[in-house]
Amino acid sequence: MENYDIVIIGGGPAGLAAAVSAREQGIDRVLILERDRELGGILNQCIHNGFGLHTFKEELTGPEYAGRFIAQVEEHNIEYKLNTMVMDISRDKVVTAMNREERLFEIQAKAVILAMGCRERARGALNIPGYRPAGIFSAGTAQRLVNMEGYMPGREVVILGSGDIGLIMARRMTLEGARVKVVAELMPYSGGLKRNIVQCLDDYGIPLKLSHTVVDIKGKERLEGITLAEVDSKGKPIPGTEEFYSCDTLLLSVGLIPENELSGGMGVELNPVTSGPRVNESLETNIEGVFACGNVLHVHDLVDFVSEEAKAAGKNAAAYVLNRYPQHADGTKCVPLKAEAGVRYTVPEKICPERMDDQLKVRFRVGNVYKNCCISVYFDDKRIIHKKKAVVAPGEMEEVVLTKEQLLEAPALQTIIVKLEEA
Amino acid sequence: MYDYDVVIIGGGVSGCAAARELSRYQVNVCVFEKEEDVCCGTSKANSGIVHAGYDAPEGSLKAEMNLRGNEMMETLAEELDIPFKRNGSLVLCLNQQDMPRLEELYNRGIANGVKGLRILNREEVLEKEPNVADGVFAALYAPTAGIVCPFELNIALAENANVNGVEFRFETEVQEIRKLEEGYELITNQGGFKTRYVVNAAGVYADRFHNMVSADKIHITARRGDYCLLDKSAGNHVKSTVFTLPGEFGKGVLAAPTSHGNLILGPTAIDIEDKEGTNTTREGLDQVLGKVGMSVKNIPMRQVITSFAGLRAHEDGDEFIIEEVRDAKGFIDCAGIESPGLTSCPAIGVRIADMIKEGMGLEEKEDFTAVRKGILKPETLGKEERDALIRENPAYGNIICRCEMITEGEIIDAIHRPLGAKSLDGVKRRTRAGMGRCQSGFCSPRTMEILARERHMDIREVTKSGGNSRIVVGTNKDAL
Repeated sequence: MENYDIVIIGGGPAGLAAAVSAREQGIDRVLILERDRELGGILNQCIHNGFGLHTFKEELTGPEYAGRFIAQVEEHNIEYKLNTMVMDISRDKVVTAMNREERLFEIQAKAVILAMGCRERARGALNIPGYRPAGIFSAGTAQRLVNMEGYMPGREVVILGSGDIGLIMARRMTLEGARVKVVAELMPYSGGLKRNIVQCLDDYGIPLKLSHTVVDIKGKERLEGITLAEVDSKGKPIPGTEEFYSCDTLLLSVGLIPENELSGGMGVELNPVTSGPRVNESLETNIEGVFACGNVLHVHDLVDFVSEEAKAAGKNAAAYVLNRYPQHADGTKCVPLKAEAGVRYTVPEKICPERMDDQLKVRFRVGNVYKNCCISVYFDDKRIIHKKKAVVAPGEMEEVVLTKEQLLEAPALQTIIVKLEEA
Repeated sequence: MYDYDVVIIGGGVSGCAAARELSRYQVNVCVFEKEEDVCCGTSKANSGIVHAGYDAPEGSLKAEMNLRGNEMMETLAEELDIPFKRNGSLVLCLNQQDMPRLEELYNRGIANGVKGLRILNREEVLEKEPNVADGVFAALYAPTAGIVCPFELNIALAENANVNGVEFRFETEVQEIRKLEEGYELITNQGGFKTRYVVNAAGVYADRFHNMVSADKIHITARRGDYCLLDKSAGNHVKSTVFTLPGEFGKGVLAAPTSHGNLILGPTAIDIEDKEGTNTTREGLDQVLGKVGMSVKNIPMRQVITSFAGLRAHEDGDEFIIEEVRDAKGFIDCAGIESPGLTSCPAIGVRIADMIKEGMGLEEKEDFTAVRKGILKPETLGKEERDALIRENPAYGNIICRCEMITEGEIIDAIHRPLGAKSLDGVKRRTRAGMGRCQSGFCSPRTMEILARERHMDIREVTKSGGNSRIVVGTNKDAL
């Protein structure tokens, strides 16, 4: 069995940044396992621009952004295997993988970084009634067909869900010659970034219908049309509001699910809200030496933040391998974080003050659109952060920064609470 | 003078079981199927249950076929290399007042000859199935009930029949049947064909064909059943097939593991006019999700990965009709095959073949081969065997469907074997590629590529399920 210091599962933006970071910390034996034909992950099909504003202070396309990191991986001579599927990871970090050339093989890792990304929710998860013809795609599948293979999934398009991929695909399909009739969103607000609504819908005159959903699908072989209806505050369709749209294509952009089947299989604890691993300040899961970053941990809006998070995971995994990572056998020195009042979750979920960097970003999402509110952080009963926000929305990830100093000054701290308050 | 000795209308489980049984004999048989593949109607969308046989009335053909089919399933599954498991079934009785009806079911089962039936008390039920509703009072336990993969059963029957000489004509829709002096002429969209015998295994359309040749009319209602399928992570929620006693809230829905480890919930029973009306409805799906909670608790509804509907062929007489039509010699009905049709199909096949064997005085073939090897599933191999397989054929080292871990090797096998897959659905039903939690989001472009390459066609011609179900319609900017 081959041995590596760090094995990284997934060669997308998270895996690449984690690998580079680990190498920069002086780890020699780093290996990336990628199931697709090339490195870069989903960025390869994101040919639109808008990537890298934070990381590189310039606007890149997805493939360009991936290219920057792939170049670093090559420069550092980091090993990677393509077309390689990880079949299983054992709790003691034996990775079983498979490809055409090396067949079924095992690798013993000292540390593992989970960077498998996420998948799209499918129609079934929404239980949309109707027929099951051809012409219904998840937005990402359509994106791959158009942007990587050059094929048009259809001519007349309705999009359900205003997640970013759906919005981006509304524009892409229009530019490639299709007619996008409407984007419908179940919620009373969009799940995508504001800039994407402006640049992908408004600029092309594509209507966005909030509080609407697909209630019927017509067409036995190829899709012939769908029925939209308005929904009430509980998301139930309102009778009498049905409206038929003829179309040959329905794209679904209705949410992303971190792909944690491997993690679950090895015994990593998952958070039911994020569907990602529960991690500490070092992005380490409940299994010692197993770290997670990127969309497998929680779904991000911006790849820049994925890279940043992955960099931290790579650095921490390196510290673990180099025995510079203090262990707390019983975990008692960790302070738990709690998401309350409008905050759905936090990453991380606990912090070891001794082990944390001088500054730590705590990322989270809110459960609704709130205007003129405050993001507050409490150390037990004491409020230590009270940040005013004009608007927060589920589609935009938020963050607060905690400092090591703050935590070390509060040795009796029991719980850190992150919540929304009225301004 | 005759094109065939026997034409079987319909490539569902009944038609294919008949075809396979007939392929034991020296006789020229063809299956006409209007779709591009077998297993495209009732057979593709059902519960996948092998019933024990306590439902149908004593002395009915349904009861007889059910019991025989259930007994035959083990050997058949072995011969055809398909998954079959006797997981047992429970019919839950949720309150004491209903006990007489549970006992009635028990007595009927005993009269029908079902083996091993037992009435379990609350504690015994909960010990067996901790997730059944807390309020359960008792249950009828049938250890001989099982689960089978309906696609694999149907496809395997067809493949084996084909290997033994039965011809299959796809996209061949019978439009008219003319009686000849002896035998029949079937007018189809592909021309006319003369045959001595017709087996009418046309599912929800069996009444249409029957009524073309007989003065005694039959009527079949398409009875829709909506289902929800849950991810494998929910597959262990129940181990047995859990039914509820039909009660004041109507017929309950079942919860069962599938033979591939998913959890299936359903069906509804909604009579509809349209014989192609396989659309689910909001009401139907809500009924499934609402009713199942009465029998099984804590079902993780977030794990639903797909929903679908199938049509049962319900004949007005509520009985299987498997006989030569009184006023149409050589025309054999296989009509009204609703539940327990899947269970019964091995027995139905034998019954039909016996009629024709007798009628034509058929002789057995010397070279009939009962054994069919299924698509090799690398996951069933040990590590070394799997390694050797990839060494021999690297396509088995290339995972295409990430959710079900299906390799390129399996997909290529599915395309090139007898009656191979022509479409995404064809690949899916043979290999499970695209049947997992992402519902083909990741693998469909790859599978399309493989289909196009192996079948020497343009990727634009690849369909979901034949006909006009193309996946992509052109190339970028071609309409600009």
